[in-house]
Amino acid sequence: MSVVMQATDITRHYKVGGGLFSRAGVVKAVDGVSFTLEAGHTLAVVGESGCGKSTLARVATMLEKPSSGVLRIDDQELRPDTEGVLGRQVQMVFQNPYGSLNPRKTVGAILMEPLSINRRGDMKAREEAARAMMAKVGLRQDQFGRYPHMFSGGQRQRIAIARALMLGPAVVVADEPVSALDVSIQAQVLNLLMDLQDEFRLAYLFISHDLGVVRHIARDVMVMYLGRPVEFASKDELFARPRHPYTQMLLAATPSVDPAHRKVSVAIRGELPSPLNPPPGCAFASRCPLADGLCREVRPELVGGVACHHV
Amino acid sequence: MRDFWRSFSQNRGAVLGLLLMVGLIILAVTADIAAPFSPIEQYRDAFLAPPVWMEGGSFRYVLGTDDVGRDILSRLIFGARLSLMIGFMVVALALSVGTTLGLAAAFAGGIVDIVIMRLMDVILVFPSLLLAIVIVAILGPGLFNAMLAVSVVILPSYTRLVRASALSELARDYVKATRSAGAGTLRLMFAVVLPNCLAPLIVQASLGFSNAILDAAALGFLGLGAQPPTPEWGTMLAGALQYYQRAWWVLAFPGLSILITVLAFNLFGDGLRDALDPKLKR
Repeated sequence: MSVVMQATDITRHYKVGGGLFSRAGVVKAVDGVSFTLEAGHTLAVVGESGCGKSTLARVATMLEKPSSGVLRIDDQELRPDTEGVLGRQVQMVFQNPYGSLNPRKTVGAILMEPLSINRRGDMKAREEAARAMMAKVGLRQDQFGRYPHMFSGGQRQRIAIARALMLGPAVVVADEPVSALDVSIQAQVLNLLMDLQDEFRLAYLFISHDLGVVRHIARDVMVMYLGRPVEFASKDELFARPRHPYTQMLLAATPSVDPAHRKVSVAIRGELPSPLNPPPGCAFASRCPLADGLCREVRPELVGGVACHHV
Repeated sequence: MRDFWRSFSQNRGAVLGLLLMVGLIILAVTADIAAPFSPIEQYRDAFLAPPVWMEGGSFRYVLGTDDVGRDILSRLIFGARLSLMIGFMVVALALSVGTTLGLAAAFAGGIVDIVIMRLMDVILVFPSLLLAIVIVAILGPGLFNAMLAVSVVILPSYTRLVRASALSELARDYVKATRSAGAGTLRLMFAVVLPNCLAPLIVQASLGFSNAILDAAALGFLGLGAQPPTPEWGTMLAGALQYYQRAWWVLAFPGLSILITVLAFNLFGDGLRDALDPKLKR
């Protein structure tokens, strides 16, 4: 067990509004998230839209500075301006493969770019590295000089994955990497991600809202609700015995092909509370069937992997 | 590229503009050979000689001569060289400065963005020719100062265009990916974002070319641009104004030259925009 990334109490707050006559509000997009990533394993972050998953991804790649909290790679603190090898240890795979590749560069140029930015190797070595990586992600050598618009979504996502691996990162943050692809391609890309994980002993922070995908790839799962983790468990544990009522509802909402496996659906009622003005107690209280007076007043802490007064 | 040419060549006006443009450029480059006479040589035996097809005209001076006996055709050909140079210099200056300012505004955001864009708004508030006159009045008349003034006047359109397209590119994921690979701001600006903002810029530049020529000619006409005996079209117009009843050709040909040149660049720019913008494609 080797921990490569350790995040402690990460928060990311945004100021919104604040014109001439109105006071600025604060959105706590991510509020007190801690996790560790281990080499060769995947931590999945799940939750509905607006729960702070993507913000967490951007903070983990240091595209945005956390408002507070510390991110460590191999026991060294990571900052947005960290240079050198350490600063390049976290790379990202984006959701939309149509926006994540520079339309004016060829595949080869896209793959060589991270190397030339970091002045690694000479032209020849870079091209060799790029071609080797293309082979690893299942692209043909003759596609080296083609432009992104000549590729399908799945192939583009392969290019994006190859680019993320060019600098030999320890951690790859994948923000819904397959949700823009159709189901048959999803499986291919997921399997590719898992093969690469084994080969390079990568740690994945895998953001998703699709529990089927999570079940396929993850070892551990963190469930987020309104910027906070509400449950943290191994995959098997979580899918077999979900403890937090929100997790139970999420699982129940997953469609199943096999009628025997269809559970009684517990529909999630109501809306996500506004992150501008979160309720004082448990954020889920307004939609939770178990909620009582305590839940509306005191926020439950994450104890033993679950943040709920009733577990 | 082939795709681009196909949709460009469908637009007959644009092709006509392109042909005129190429013709003008060839004339301007080969002015020393193409022009029958020196543009500033005065022929005392032929003041205000009419063009060849009129009574009293001769093939010696095809488009006639002006009030001090200079061959108008030669002056127009050399004027083309000057006008194209003016257009090129002005657009190059405004383009480079505008691109830098626009990128800086888009990348820096906050107070830098506000300062740059409000400054551009201030420039836009004044009527363009009026502002150009003010600038030339401050710097003193002359061809170079006129070009400088016109550049300042057309600067805001480039700055705003670059800022707007840079902002929309900045929001895309490939910029974030390059950033997380460790790219510095300068690299992001010029190697990643700028190439993706080029299409509208090219169009604006080719349309701006004609604007620059027109504005510079207007300044020349007002006596604030190129000074005589420089064969600049606007300056030629100004010098010929008093003869328009007696010798219309002195006035008509420089005016026509300006018209044709501006029209050519506008047609070309329009065609370019239609061909580059997929939304306008049929």
